[in-house]
Amino acid sequence: MAAPGPPPAPAPAPVEVDRPDVDEVAEPDVPWIVLVWNDPINLMSYVTWVLQKLFGYSRDKATALMLDVHHKGRAVVSSGTREKCELDVFRLHEHGLWATMQHDV
Amino acid sequence: MFRAPVRRTRKGDYEVRLSDQERQLLASLVPQLRAALQAGTDAGGTDDPTLRRLFPAAYPSDEERDREYRAMVHDDLVARRHAALDTLEASVGATRLDEQEVLAWIGAVNDLRLVLGTRLDVSEETELTIDPDDPDAGALAVYGYLGFLLEALVSAVSE
Repeated sequence: MAAPGPPPAPAPAPVEVDRPDVDEVAEPDVPWIVLVWNDPINLMSYVTWVLQKLFGYSRDKATALMLDVHHKGRAVVSSGTREKCELDVFRLHEHGLWATMQHDV
Repeated sequence: MFRAPVRRTRKGDYEVRLSDQERQLLASLVPQLRAALQAGTDAGGTDDPTLRRLFPAAYPSDEERDREYRAMVHDDLVARRHAALDTLEASVGATRLDEQEVLAWIGAVNDLRLVLGTRLDVSEETELTIDPDDPDAGALAVYGYLGFLLEALVSAVSE
């Protein structure tokens, strides 16, 4: 953490109210989801173990998600801000899982 | 009685019982994965299905964001894979592994399966009972063996 700096100067009074950019304001409000997709290579036991290791899921929850991936072709394994989801996707890619992210629409 | 090739000991490390041939096989696969990772870095593209499998898209329907994601993570993903291969190579003859080494073995063996399985174009129905006349018989046997070893490693760390 940064060391405390000098006290902040008083903020100048706003001269004009900017109209917010719609895209920039909407972005943080729309949650993202992380999907893991079925693939013919990764072992079921390996996928279950990775989901437990990365997300702290119980063996039962990780197994249920793995079975969703296996039978339905994909499962939502996490959700949140774009930054959090990108980190989750990165960690899944690091472990060789086929993961993508998208807006939860 | 069947004995697991990898098991956690009471001390918390891992006992590895593999034959010399199995260890030689693993050692011989390391340079192949290194070469595949190097080729991916040199190519910089994602046309090769093997590389698509090792470095998937995060945003499959948003090219610009996906480019940003790749630029941010690619070197890190490559470096972590090389580090796991280095650990596997350095400890391939060991009969005892610590936790960090076992995790590196799991990562490297899974990466080897991804590369080999993609090259062999395996499906969930791929028969691992191998026809000796199949030109891919050798590679399929290695793929099957890596699956057996990964299953044993994951089982040992999951206990």
